[in-house]
Amino acid sequence: MMRVVLAPLSGTPLSRFNPAAKLGAAFVVMVGLLVTADLVSASAVIVAEILVLPASGVRMRTLVVRAWPLVLGAAGLAVANLVASAASSAEVAALSLRLVAIALPGVLVFLTTDAVDLADSLVQQARCPARFAYGALAALRLLPLISDDWATIQRARRARGIDAGRSPVAKSRLFVSGVYALLVAAIRRAVRLAAAMDSRGFDSRRPRTCARRQSVTRRDWYLLAAAVVVVGGANALAAVAGTWHPLVG
Amino acid sequence: MGAVVEAAGWGWRHAGRRAWALRGLDLVIEDGERVLLLGPSGAGKSTLLSAIAGLLAAPESGDDEGRLTVAGRPAEEARGRAGVVFQDPSSSIVMGRVGDEVAFGLENRSVPAADIWSRVSAALGAVGLRHPLSHPTGWLSGGEQQRLAIADVVALAPDLWLLDEPTANLDPAGAAMVRDTLRELLVSSSATLLMVEHRVGPLLDMVDRVVVLEPGAGVMADGAPAEVFARDGAALRAAGIWVPGGAPGRLAPPRPAGRPVVATRALTVAYPGSSGPAVDSVDVTAYAGQVLAVTGSNGSGKTTLALALASLLAPSTGEVRFLAGGPERPYARWRPRELVKLVGSVFQDPEHQFVAASVEAELAVGPFRSGVAGAEVRRRVGELLDLLDLAHVARVNPFTLSGGEKRRLSVACALATDPVLLVLDEPTFAQDLRAWETLVALLADQRDAGRAVVVVTHDDALVRALADRRLEMERGKVTGPGARVGTEGSDETAPAR
Repeated sequence: MMRVVLAPLSGTPLSRFNPAAKLGAAFVVMVGLLVTADLVSASAVIVAEILVLPASGVRMRTLVVRAWPLVLGAAGLAVANLVASAASSAEVAALSLRLVAIALPGVLVFLTTDAVDLADSLVQQARCPARFAYGALAALRLLPLISDDWATIQRARRARGIDAGRSPVAKSRLFVSGVYALLVAAIRRAVRLAAAMDSRGFDSRRPRTCARRQSVTRRDWYLLAAAVVVVGGANALAAVAGTWHPLVG
Repeated sequence: MGAVVEAAGWGWRHAGRRAWALRGLDLVIEDGERVLLLGPSGAGKSTLLSAIAGLLAAPESGDDEGRLTVAGRPAEEARGRAGVVFQDPSSSIVMGRVGDEVAFGLENRSVPAADIWSRVSAALGAVGLRHPLSHPTGWLSGGEQQRLAIADVVALAPDLWLLDEPTANLDPAGAAMVRDTLRELLVSSSATLLMVEHRVGPLLDMVDRVVVLEPGAGVMADGAPAEVFARDGAALRAAGIWVPGGAPGRLAPPRPAGRPVVATRALTVAYPGSSGPAVDSVDVTAYAGQVLAVTGSNGSGKTTLALALASLLAPSTGEVRFLAGGPERPYARWRPRELVKLVGSVFQDPEHQFVAASVEAELAVGPFRSGVAGAEVRRRVGELLDLLDLAHVARVNPFTLSGGEKRRLSVACALATDPVLLVLDEPTFAQDLRAWETLVALLADQRDAGRAVVVVTHDDALVRALADRRLEMERGKVTGPGARVGTEGSDETAPAR
């Protein structure tokens, strides 16, 4: 059964940066935007992000297609806050724009980074434990199988004569028992995979070598510096405009 | 060099279990020996292999007793020393790309980066995989994935190979491919081999010793293959072990067709996002009182066809019609409770079908759903518990049953509503000989009782013993005429009853 795979974009200018450096830059933007809670800084960062988007090699269309849940989430958050909280519309707008400004770099990183490269780079540059990075990578590979399992479980239910009809109670009970079957299958598979990894020495105390070298070049430092400049500038702009105020306190 | 593996009074009990998986095992495997490990279901063959691989650690994963050493050291400390090939390649492959996959084990062994890629290429060459290093592992067929798993071991050049049913999950072509690869590798190697396999026939030329385990009682037979099978063949067979040439032949002459029960016309099923249809304009009819076997390689569309025949999947184009009763609505839109009255389905993985907390309750689900009265439900459940030898586990949670019991329960569930059509996907997978014989006899009874039986299978022994007609599929199409095994049956034949 073939599956649609959301493979990362390759060959974009952003793909050539070191994955950990990209993630670091996105992290800088996040931290820089979490110290303040105003509209000006968030807007300034978004403007900067949109300006550099063409240079990243990711087309607007691709971004919209892959990142629409994010936009939807920000819009949903805005609506919920407007309806349910005492926040002013300016505060709500600032919050939603902040979410977009923080998430956009993250989306770009995951759009342009191969998962294996990311795991390699996290281990080599970010000193992340190999057991965690490659364990997560292996688990990621099992994820698509879960949707196949779910379809099979639904069919198995039909074959057993089971449907919830209109009762919401029966529906939720059926859902819970389906999730249970799904978990059993997922855990069985994960245990097998872990045994296969251990049998190949994954848990040995020996230091691992890396077959794929991820290197940090001057370009990666420029990227990190640019991120610092952008959020620093945005905060300065907010201070000048008199809108800067800390998120906490 | 002496003993590679040595067990002395060794036993293992999985955490949370009362019974020992293995107990009182005394076994010495010398350097360079090629050993086939046999035993009925539940004899602890895979457990022993895991232990030798160092994958079982007391007290976290269970209790041990006695001593088990690998090259003179406790097995647990020797973890990673042996090369292991597991049964299911789809859950033993770690990385997304062919080259990275083979490199993974080398990285763990601290092989210098400069040496890794030449060893990767050599290992891939040795198993005959000629894809580029960046080829996605998910695109490989089952047989290719298993050869990749073998390349992982080749790259590590271990002096002990452990193979846990390496061909069980593969279709016949993939299994043959893997056997050829293993045979070639072993001829040019001096490594010690310990292999578990259910169906031993095609593998015997690779081994020089057979060790048979008895559940909970150590070694039951040990020696050269010809000697063991000649001396203990009958006893092994009685214990449920597949012995060479041990598969029974035809149970009864092929039967003429009864009335048609389900028929497809130009049935085509395409999954969203896939390149071509999984089933491509297939015409097939299943008749009452006959067993129709659907065979073909993995990905040939046979499971999809079975799902459509059982109304578990809607046709993309063409149609499936149920001809032996039921509602007026199109077959694919029948309600589950209407469907379960007339059609019983058995899935490849029994666990997918279990919904209740006890075996009893599980059996009652179908009849209860299809509106059978309480007293009658109890009577049928009791009858099925006895018929399928499940009475002793009536109150047990289905998920905790043994593999053979799970399979019997899933078949019993399908029979509980007294359906007209039975559709089974790989019903004999991983069953030992005794379980296999029970199942085949049961299916023959169902056929003789006038039900239409459709089995999707790789199991040639099953096809030989039971099939009245055979449908061979390849890339979604029926190849060959839907050949009848033995007598000709057709729509014009008078109903069998």
